[in-house]
Amino acid sequence: MQHSISMSAGRSRWYAMLVGLCLAIFAQSVGAVLTIEITKGLEHGLPIAIVPFSWSGPGRPAQDVSAVIKADLVRSGRFDALPTRDFLSMPHADKQVVFKDWRLIKAEALVIGAVRALPSGQYQVQFRLYDVFKQKQLAGFLYVVTAAQLRTVAHQISDIIYQKLTGVQGAFNTRIAYITRTGGVHHPVFRLQVADSDGYDPRTILRSPQPLMSPAWSPDGTRLAYVSFEHGHSVVYIQNVDTGARWKVADFRGINSAPAWSPGGRRLALSLSLSGHPEIYVMTLSDGALKRLTDDSAINTEPDWSPHGRHIVFTSDRSGSPQIFRMNANGGDVERLTFEGNYNAAPSYSPNGKLLALITEQQGQFHAAILHLRDSALQVLTDTSLDESPTFAPNGQMILYATIVHGRGVLATVSVDGSVRQMLKTNEGDVREPAWSPFDHQLQAN
Amino acid sequence: MKNKLIISLLALFAISLAGCGGQQAVKPSASGTGQAAGAGQGAESAGAGQTGGAQGSALGGQQQAPAVVLHTVHFAFDSSHIDSKNRAIVEANAAYMNANPQVTVTLQGNTDERGTREYNLALGERRAQSVKRMMRVLGVASDRMKTVSFGAEKPVALGHNRAAWRLNRRVDFVYSD
Repeated sequence: MQHSISMSAGRSRWYAMLVGLCLAIFAQSVGAVLTIEITKGLEHGLPIAIVPFSWSGPGRPAQDVSAVIKADLVRSGRFDALPTRDFLSMPHADKQVVFKDWRLIKAEALVIGAVRALPSGQYQVQFRLYDVFKQKQLAGFLYVVTAAQLRTVAHQISDIIYQKLTGVQGAFNTRIAYITRTGGVHHPVFRLQVADSDGYDPRTILRSPQPLMSPAWSPDGTRLAYVSFEHGHSVVYIQNVDTGARWKVADFRGINSAPAWSPGGRRLALSLSLSGHPEIYVMTLSDGALKRLTDDSAINTEPDWSPHGRHIVFTSDRSGSPQIFRMNANGGDVERLTFEGNYNAAPSYSPNGKLLALITEQQGQFHAAILHLRDSALQVLTDTSLDESPTFAPNGQMILYATIVHGRGVLATVSVDGSVRQMLKTNEGDVREPAWSPFDHQLQAN
Repeated sequence: MKNKLIISLLALFAISLAGCGGQQAVKPSASGTGQAAGAGQGAESAGAGQTGGAQGSALGGQQQAPAVVLHTVHFAFDSSHIDSKNRAIVEANAAYMNANPQVTVTLQGNTDERGTREYNLALGERRAQSVKRMMRVLGVASDRMKTVSFGAEKPVALGHNRAAWRLNRRVDFVYSD
């Protein structure tokens, strides 16, 4: 059984444009590459055999598709990729699969595939996923793509494998946004960058000599809201990620900060101090109308909407130290959610609305943690001491955050149970303030 | 030229303060140590995609008058309280402003890197407002003082240790005439 889909032409143009753009404008920023280092893996992941895909065509393929798939699955912490040297056979087609070979090495799942260069210059990628014990194919797809789309296809295959074997939607074919800072105290350079979820292909979408903060993806993944100090004070902008078009949305007296999109993407929650102290506001983007939701003399900031838009959580020090509060999206029924410790801040809802990722302080150390909303249990996830900006993967399985390791700002991910951790580092300067994109919903398999 | 004149005036003033008060001297320093807000530096934006419409629009900040940092007030972690040692610094700055009615000041609030960035942005503003309130009590008119917060974004010390954090929890006085 084989399904066939082909990807929209839009994506290939997108990459081609992108390459030109990077070379033309940001040639000097190409050096800032993110690399991944797995710092803590799972001991009992599902054993999976990923046979290196065969290649028919001149030279070498533009991307090693099966290597990308393997890296994705291992990074998720849910899989234990068996070493290729143990394989007793190297099947690339359905009729070459001998299930006994895979039972013997205790593989529970098997992935095979082939990449072929077509006369048109495109590539044909096919893969099959098998359940070794049931001796059954779980998925099989064929794609025809350009060279620039090979990594995207690999991530999409990873998503399918992840979904079939764990029952949870994969989040490999997504993007991350983050801020980098290079240069010393006096001449820093700040960049807002967007990369694939594995850190590959970083692109600078804004560069400034003044600080940039708080990138937040619109729910449709087309725009980023962020804070820029390019005018000497904090101003909130929205920028279209693909076109680069940007517009100012909040430039009031005082601070303009902490943008958070409503689930429908039509409103933005913000922390503004135009009244004299920072309060939570909701702005309707179509007309700029502001509604104030909090009213006290404390700090009220870092709003985040519940997935269905009913509640807004935020940080406030109205009770003396920063703690997390929840209110109705119209501002009523304020309830304090955190009581442990002197510093709980930067709440971010899980996609299912049951958890909050946040930063909590314990003995002078700032850790990424999870608050279980059902029973208010607080679970610290890290052993690093300067964590900030936690954000959920769109499938809710991982938390991406920023921290300091060996004096450098890095990004790190941790699985929601704390069992798997990895680090994304740049080769120069600091990287901080990550935001994980929503699902990329442009590709549909048959 | 004008800048130099201000520096030397400030220096004279500092010396006279040191002479009569016996307090910590107010040390003027060149504007290099402070961060003048919006010194005509723009941000460049670009797209990453589909239409390829890179809009590298340089959005320039307005030019500002030359600025001189007179001094800096420091704070404890997550606090905007001005202790007695730092109060003396605020008093010296208030005295300077009262003696020089043409000058205005921007109070730039900053925090150390610990905690979350948005909370720190709010805390930096609270620190700047705390200094402004004390200056007002000391006779400086509100309309001569502006506040701005940079949160944890503009450290003067880049280390990740107590010494750096102590230096970064601060309000800088940035003067213009």
